[in-house]
Amino acid sequence: MVLVNCAVLLVFVITVAAFLIWAERKVAARIQDRLGPTRVGGRFGWLQSVADAIKVLTKEDIIPTQADPILFRTAPYLAFVAAFSWYIALPFSRNLVPARLEVAALFLLAVGSLEIYAILLGGYASGSKWSLIGGMREAVQVISYEIPLALCLAVPVILSGTMDLVAIGEHQRGGIWSWFMFRNPFSFLAFWVYVTAATASLNRAPFDLPEAESELVSGYMTEYSGFRWGAFMLSEYIAMFAISLLGAIVFLGAWYGPIPLTQPFGFGSDSANGFDDLLGALTVGMKAMLGVIVMIWVRWSLPRLRIDHVMTVCLKYCMPLAAAAFVGTLLWQTVFS
Amino acid sequence: MTPLRRLLEEESWEPVELRTEEIFINMGPQHPSTHGVLRLVLRARGEVVTEVVPYIGYLHRCAEKIGENVAAQQWIPYTDRMDYLAAMNMNLGWALTVEKLLGLEVPERGRHLRVILVELDRIASHLVAVGTYALDLGSFTPFMYCFREREKILNLFEWASGARLTYSFIAIGGARADLPSGWVEACHQFLDELGPALAEIHDLLTTNAIFVHRTAGVGVLAPSTAIAYGCTGPVLRGSGVAWDLRRVGEPIYSRMYQDYEFQIAAPDATGRYPDAAKLPSPPKKAVVGDCWHRYFVRMYEMEQSAKIVRQALDKYTASSGPVGQPIKHTHKLPRGEAYLETECPKGQMGFFVVGNDSPIPHRVRARSSSFCNLSVLSELCRGALIADIPAILGSLDIVLGEVDR
Amino acid sequence: MEIAAIFARLREKFGEGIIGLQTENVDPWIEVSPQILPEACKFLKDEPDLAFEMLNCITAVDYLPETGGRTDVQKGRIELIYHLTSLRFVRRLVLKTVIPRWQDNETGRLPQVPTVSHIWPTANWHEREIFDLMGVYFIGHPDLRRILCPEDWIGHPLRKDYQMPLEYHGIPLR
Repeated sequence: MVLVNCAVLLVFVITVAAFLIWAERKVAARIQDRLGPTRVGGRFGWLQSVADAIKVLTKEDIIPTQADPILFRTAPYLAFVAAFSWYIALPFSRNLVPARLEVAALFLLAVGSLEIYAILLGGYASGSKWSLIGGMREAVQVISYEIPLALCLAVPVILSGTMDLVAIGEHQRGGIWSWFMFRNPFSFLAFWVYVTAATASLNRAPFDLPEAESELVSGYMTEYSGFRWGAFMLSEYIAMFAISLLGAIVFLGAWYGPIPLTQPFGFGSDSANGFDDLLGALTVGMKAMLGVIVMIWVRWSLPRLRIDHVMTVCLKYCMPLAAAAFVGTLLWQTVFS
Repeated sequence: MTPLRRLLEEESWEPVELRTEEIFINMGPQHPSTHGVLRLVLRARGEVVTEVVPYIGYLHRCAEKIGENVAAQQWIPYTDRMDYLAAMNMNLGWALTVEKLLGLEVPERGRHLRVILVELDRIASHLVAVGTYALDLGSFTPFMYCFREREKILNLFEWASGARLTYSFIAIGGARADLPSGWVEACHQFLDELGPALAEIHDLLTTNAIFVHRTAGVGVLAPSTAIAYGCTGPVLRGSGVAWDLRRVGEPIYSRMYQDYEFQIAAPDATGRYPDAAKLPSPPKKAVVGDCWHRYFVRMYEMEQSAKIVRQALDKYTASSGPVGQPIKHTHKLPRGEAYLETECPKGQMGFFVVGNDSPIPHRVRARSSSFCNLSVLSELCRGALIADIPAILGSLDIVLGEVDR
Repeated sequence: MEIAAIFARLREKFGEGIIGLQTENVDPWIEVSPQILPEACKFLKDEPDLAFEMLNCITAVDYLPETGGRTDVQKGRIELIYHLTSLRFVRRLVLKTVIPRWQDNETGRLPQVPTVSHIWPTANWHEREIFDLMGVYFIGHPDLRRILCPEDWIGHPLRKDYQMPLEYHGIPLR
């Protein structure tokens, strides 16, 4: 049963990633006054990702002679595993959760930092200086942004008094006013810091320094080709969706819509049925998708930061703001409840 | 790099002292932001670059040697391939140089036609410069917007000359043909569309906080250094030297522009531009001579060029007569030497010709602006971050076809 | 200041080192002997009323013996042409210096000229290019390497008697 669950989850996650890759191309194209893919699959190029996958899989797998073969081969799998592990603890709805953990928030933070190892290993083992610099940048950047990210995640944990994501989601039942993002000014602040820190820890533009194509050729991915490169690419999109999903769950009301339309009919109450869960999953999925679209939008609008700016943004803005949000929420909770 | 296996096989682990090492990084000849086949060797301490050594010559096509073996008129297509982003300007430079040697005069209508073409090509070249500069800084969308506008210029050129990149349209003695009917109206329409497009780029780049942080105060080039290294064009003007050959060039060239109204795109000592009330004002961080000003000079120059093209279109329509007859391939060049520099988008492009009572020149020489502009790179990059190298290189706006010739 | 006045200033300072003035050409030029070239250049750059701050271009022109000319009909010559600009006075000047095709007329020994790269840094790359393509050795140049051709290229391609090699590292060239 576990295996079946895993397989279903894997297929789902890869489908989502394929969709996101297509969506990124389409959205980017529209932002840039282009059409993007139009041919594959008849209309809108909706099969473009499949075509890409076939191309990537049939490419030659090149391992540079300078590379450390074992580590070089391992890194992409590690990246994929790290990104995929998020979904183990991420609930889609009250009952649609692969593994309900008591400490899901903590687990996600721990798993989320696994990806650094993949990128560091890839950068180190490639035997290329561009890759090495990319890996170094990743280490510096992601480790710094883990702290504000964790502090921001602590805010909904304080508000709900639990680390269980399902319980956190349930706490936001009701309309838009009961979402954690709008509970108090500090959690509102925490949400925006979370957006920044999440973008940075995902290496998405404008924080895409580890792969900065105009400076470092392709950073840690420079020497990768074919399937291994595809694994890195896929894990990026998987992680993107995961972190948006997490944000939607802890800040944006999880599986509850902005207006409690269905609640008078008994949906969302304790009398669980399949339709209720499906509707919830759809809601949270759409919220997460919106987050991803915003990330795509930002990526295609802004230039890249420089490494010192990245550290400035983290240490001078994100960290104090996250700490303020954390302490503020604590005080707010003490005073008002 | 020590493979893991060897590390594991080592029996004893000795404590090693942690230290940083200088690394040499080979940037190019195949690198996304070297704008062609340029090779830079960086000596870096972590992210800080202590020395940059450029290696050029990967695109050397012996243009000067070829020029000694073909008639002057036949060398026009080779000039196309120097700065291929502004081939009209290259054609004009060479044509004027030979005309100077021959003492040839181009009719008035032909002069206005040439002004239209080279100024449009200047806009096209600057659009590529600004677009690829955005790309160097990691912003993809302005690149597309710039290319969308450039495409319209290329369409106009294609209509007039039949080619989209290497036109060979301006010839010694005039132009290959007159403009087709309807062209002038189409050009007016393009100029109307250019203004909003430039405003869009101003929104996306000029005032963007990240863009300003990446460019303002980076790669500051002092005017004296710029002059000493022979930097010209937007690179020199970005350092605050108001030197534009369209105003101060040799008579045969500057006469083409004498009736035109336009401003020289150069900031004054406080970083202000003439007549720039409608344009965004320079950010506080910007220093005259930095990457931001070099970028802004190009943006400013596009507006000025559009202004010139509008005037030239009117003058062209008002004038009548021929646009000039290209000389024959067998036309003999007199004994003598002539050198002429023209203001090309990348800087001052100079051509030198030695005539020898034969249609084939004894010697031709191309003084490339990108070549001189590039030579200042190692001076500018000392102590910069790795991320600044593309920012500085992009702001110099070199074309390797012109550097290597 | 007209070129005749500049010529007079230079003559006054350097005497016979300034060989002549040619005004019949489209671009008039002043001919300078290679020995005093750097001093003359420094003078032209530093004198406040001359102020040729910018060196635009250095060109080398090769004349084979049979093409004839003014200096040495028998042995041919290489002319180095320096184009200068004064931004302050909006003025242009052409300097010319004539050197033999081979040092001491010994085929294979590159002719020598003192460098001006310490006066105008832009000369650095231009002199490298001339060394590469024309085979002129610039004395005192800080980094005289080939710049456009590969480092192991043989010969100087812009010389009039240059023969293209048959192959380069196994790549047939002709």
